[in-house]
This record gives sequence, structure tokens and C-alpha cells, in this order.
Amino acid sequence: MESTGERLPEIAVFGPPAFFRKIEKEFSSRFRVLRTWNSDIPLPQLLASEAGHIEAILTSGVFRVTAEVISSLPSLHLIVTTSRGLDHIDLTQCRRRGITVTNAGTIFSDDVADLAAGLLIDVLRKITPGNGHVKNRFWTGDGDFPLGFKLGGKKCGIVGLGSIGLAVAKRLQSFGCQILYNSRNKNHSVPYKFHTDIKELAMDSDFLILCCALNNETRHIINRDILLALGKKGVVVNISRGPVIDEKALIHCLKLGEIGGAGLDVFEREPLFTSELFEMENVVLSPHVAVFTEESFKAMFDLIFANFNSFFMNKPLLNVVPLE
Amino acid sequence: MKNIGVLMMGPSYGYLEQELERRFKFFRYGSQPIPRDFIALHAESIHAIVSCVGMIIDARLIDPLPNLKIIACFSVGVDCIDMKKCAEKGIRVTNTPDVPNAEVADTAIALMIAVLRRIRVCDNFVRNREWLSNEFPLTTKLSGKRVGIIGLGRIGTAIAKRAEAFNCPISYISRSEKPNNSYKYYSTVTELASNCDILVVACDLNPETRHIVNREVIEALGARGVLINIGRGGHVHEPELVSALVEGRLGGAGLDVFEDEPHVPEELFGLENVVLLPHVGTNTVETGNDMADLVLKNLEAHFSGKSLLTPVL
Repeated sequence: MESTGERLPEIAVFGPPAFFRKIEKEFSSRFRVLRTWNSDIPLPQLLASEAGHIEAILTSGVFRVTAEVISSLPSLHLIVTTSRGLDHIDLTQCRRRGITVTNAGTIFSDDVADLAAGLLIDVLRKITPGNGHVKNRFWTGDGDFPLGFKLGGKKCGIVGLGSIGLAVAKRLQSFGCQILYNSRNKNHSVPYKFHTDIKELAMDSDFLILCCALNNETRHIINRDILLALGKKGVVVNISRGPVIDEKALIHCLKLGEIGGAGLDVFEREPLFTSELFEMENVVLSPHVAVFTEESFKAMFDLIFANFNSFFMNKPLLNVVPLE
Repeated sequence: MKNIGVLMMGPSYGYLEQELERRFKFFRYGSQPIPRDFIALHAESIHAIVSCVGMIIDARLIDPLPNLKIIACFSVGVDCIDMKKCAEKGIRVTNTPDVPNAEVADTAIALMIAVLRRIRVCDNFVRNREWLSNEFPLTTKLSGKRVGIIGLGRIGTAIAKRAEAFNCPISYISRSEKPNNSYKYYSTVTELASNCDILVVACDLNPETRHIVNREVIEALGARGVLINIGRGGHVHEPELVSALVEGRLGGAGLDVFEDEPHVPEELFGLENVVLLPHVGTNTVETGNDMADLVLKNLEAHFSGKSLLTPVL
């Protein structure tokens, strides 16, 4: 029987996750929070002195939960990440130690797919430049704004047909696009054309939408070769992870007109401070916000609270990542 | 048909101009009003007009052209043409229905995503190097929002089909209720606006639909509602729209059309929840060429004594 003087369970927070400050008060009313990001003491020391008893941590999708961090947390049983991606967590160590990892699951799939579609249309139909044309008082009515390009009837190549890729496919199909894809495995329940080879996918597509996880196989999978295969009118949209694209090669191809345009929410280095991309008109850039809507934010934090509460009450968790 | 005079009015469109020049006796006047001496000089030679969006064709132009037989519109809308006058004089009118439906529908969805997810603002944020020191604020999810469509014709239906793929429940108002769909019908625009999150104007412009989006409708749509206009500027009471946006009584707007193009109320320029386009609804290379081909086919059909492909009158 727990006494009424029982302390709140303690959670170490790393990152912190974006918008953590919005839920900080509520979080602190339910848990004791070890804020690892704003200490004067170096992290290894902080963990050694303060985190020996900590069983659960919350991390953003950007903070690297390395083997070193994990070994500084000898009591760790649960890692809750706010992202869907897992490339920032040493899963081998988690498996070895029997640590449970939970992620965002498919909470964000719709938002990410919405942005992917939005970035593609924006590049093709010049929505952002069009808005600039009007707001900068350049519109004279003489047909002076350049034409865009049609979506309907075009071939859309999706790299990675997981829950996000499927959501993107559904949306782009409604615009009359033909869907093709490359994925680890063929999906027999969809009518889309499967390409085993990503270069063949690029050759056969007018656009490439990158929806895959980042891992050793997908790092720089979109390189100069693939971009040239996509071609002069091709558009690349990236809402996965920056390193899926060889960014230098992309910039080079854009500069030389070897591909038609790009819509990018992610970059090899974030936040993006300086880039030749800033000078280009046929690209649309966004600051890694594909998941950041009010609605998804709320759903994410409801999930996090639910999982931490369940953990401390020994109840089943949601969105457990299979580590076997 | 080098003895057939065709006058093209409106903004430049290279492919169409080239083809008209190649096939007919070609006259070109880009803007309005066309000067009297131009008309006087060429009046007898003009047998056809190719007209673009925004070009007003009424008695002032029709009366002085004794040999005018057909007006082939390089657009779907024919609201700028005095149809009564044309009927009186037996002048045929054609348009380009359906060709640009998909593109107009795509533009409507593009505006929805751009407004809700603040794409342009995101792009500026990165290029202005604000990402280093600031977090971009949370935006609004599009998927699942209720979409209300004014006019469920071919364009309205194309918009509905796309919005459904974003899991948006669809409601609409139309001249008559359409069977065989799962969309909810409302009999007034105000009711429709009260029951949706995003209101899209997709109907024809005519005396009944002028200013169909007025103060009452805007208030019903409300401070979290978004208006998308890919119809005509005349569908919306523009001063009411501007004051509602400036005062925060309306949540946002995506506008491709305005009451007095290319003039756009400057109060809208600084608003992050407003996306403005220079009437590009159908403006793709592919669609423009398809529409131009249809204009050319209609002209050739008429002057060869064959049936028109897409007559309005």
C-alpha cells in the first residue's frame, strides 16, 4: 500500500522534445522531472550523480540516446520517444538490456502525408512564389506569372510504403497521379506498381516522395545517379530524414537544372542556417514541422502521459517498438 | 482560313497566339478597353474573338463588329460576356469546360494545405534564418477537417474527391441535391458555413451567386474557419472578407480570384493566415495547351460549317 507521502515517479527528459514547455506544468504535476538539457554539469556527470534510479526517460527525436547514455542509466526500463523514427536510439543496447521503447506509431501519418502533398503541389503549381508575386505587387494581369505543371496523370514514386507512404499514395491518387513505389517488401494488398530497384523507380517516375526510415541502407540512397534518373522535370519531396538525400548532390543537380525542383522538410544538418537552397525559386523549404500541428501535438502528449502512467502502474503500453 | 479574322484579347498565351497567327488572320489586343480607332480600322475583318478571363465583351465591342460570328472563350467561365447580346445577334459562344477541372480542384486543395500548414511562412522562416533561434509555431491539421463546397458541379465534385482522400467529411450546397454520394446537403450557404471548417467556392458566377459569401456567411464560418475561393472574385463580398480577416473574425483564406483583378486589397498582404495567388487556377503548361487546342477546334469547326464541340450558346 503506497503512503500518501509517496513521491511522484521520476522521469529524465532529454532534448527536450519540441514544445515541451507547453506541457511542462502538467508534466511536472504528475512526475518529477530531471531536465537534462539545462544543467551546467556535463551530461555524463549529471546522469552519474542523479539518474542511477531512473526507470523511464522521455526523449525527442533528435537527441541521440547512445550506448553511453543508456549505460549511465542502470535502472532504465522504458524509453519514450516523441518521434516515429528510431535512428537516434541505440536499439542494440535496448535489446541487450531488455529496455522497452515506445514511439509515436502512426499518430502523425496524416499530418506528414498532408505536408508531403502540400510541398509537392507547392513546387509544381508555384503556390509560394505565386503568393510572393501578389504580395510584392508584381501582378499586372498580363499573364506575367510563369505557368506551373499539372499533377494529374503524372507518375509518383514513393520510397518506403509504410503508414506514411500509404497515406501519401492515397492523397496523390485522388489528384489523378499514378502511384509506383519501392519498399523493403512488396505490398500485395495495394494495386501500385512495385519496383525492386530505386533507380528504376526514379526512371519511371515524375516525382519521388521519400517516406522511408533512416538506416544504414537508406543513408544517401538518393544520390546523383538517382536524381539524374528522375530527370530535368522531376521533383523530389523529403519528409523522412535529411540524410536519406545526398544534399550536396541535390543542390548541384538543382543548380544545373538536372532536376526540376524540390520540397524539403528535413536536411542533413538542422536547423538549416545557410544553404544555396535559399537562393532557389524552384524549391520549398520547411523547418522539420511535418508532425507539428496542434491536433497531433495534443494526441502525442496524451499518448506520452498514458504510457508513463501505465508504466508506473505496470499496465500495458501503447506503440511498443518490436526489438526482436 | 487566312481570310478569317480572329481577335485575341487578354493576357499573353504563347502557344495559342502562335497557332492563331498560323491559321487565321490574327489581331491582338491585350488589355481593355480596346481603342475606338483600332476597332474602326479592323472592324470589318473580325469574324471571331478569342477571349480570356476578365475580358468584358459587351455591346461596346460587339456592336461595332458587323461580321463577328463566334466568341471562343479560353476559359470555363463566360460571366464577362453579354450573352443576351450574343443571342440577339446570333453570335455563337464556346468555352473550355472540363479541361481545367482537375487543375482548379488541385489549386483549391493546394490553397487549403498552404493556409492551414502555413507553407509559405515556413519557407520564409527557413530562408530568413529564423530556424536557428526560434521554434516554428504549431499549425492546424488538414486531415479530418469538415469541407463545405458551394457548387457541386464538375469542379466541386473534383474538389470533394480530393478532400475525401484527406479524410475530410464533405458537405455542400448546390442548385439541387445530388443523389448517389455520401455528402451532406445544406439548403443555405449560411448553414453550410456553420457546419464546416473550410468553405470552398466552386460555383458559376451569375446574378444569384454574386456575393454569395457575405458578412453573414463569413460570421457563420467563424474565427477558426477558412475560406477558399477558386471561383470568381465576385462570389465574395471583398470588403467584408478583408475586415473579417484583419479583425480575426475569420480564421484564414486562400484566394486565387479577386473582385478587381489584378488589384488585391493590400491589408491582406501582411496576414500569415492568408495565401494569395494571381489567378492561376488553371495555369499549367499542359492544361493551357489543352484548352488552347479546344479553342482552335471550336473555331475551325465553326468556319468549316461543322458542329461546335463545346458551345455555351
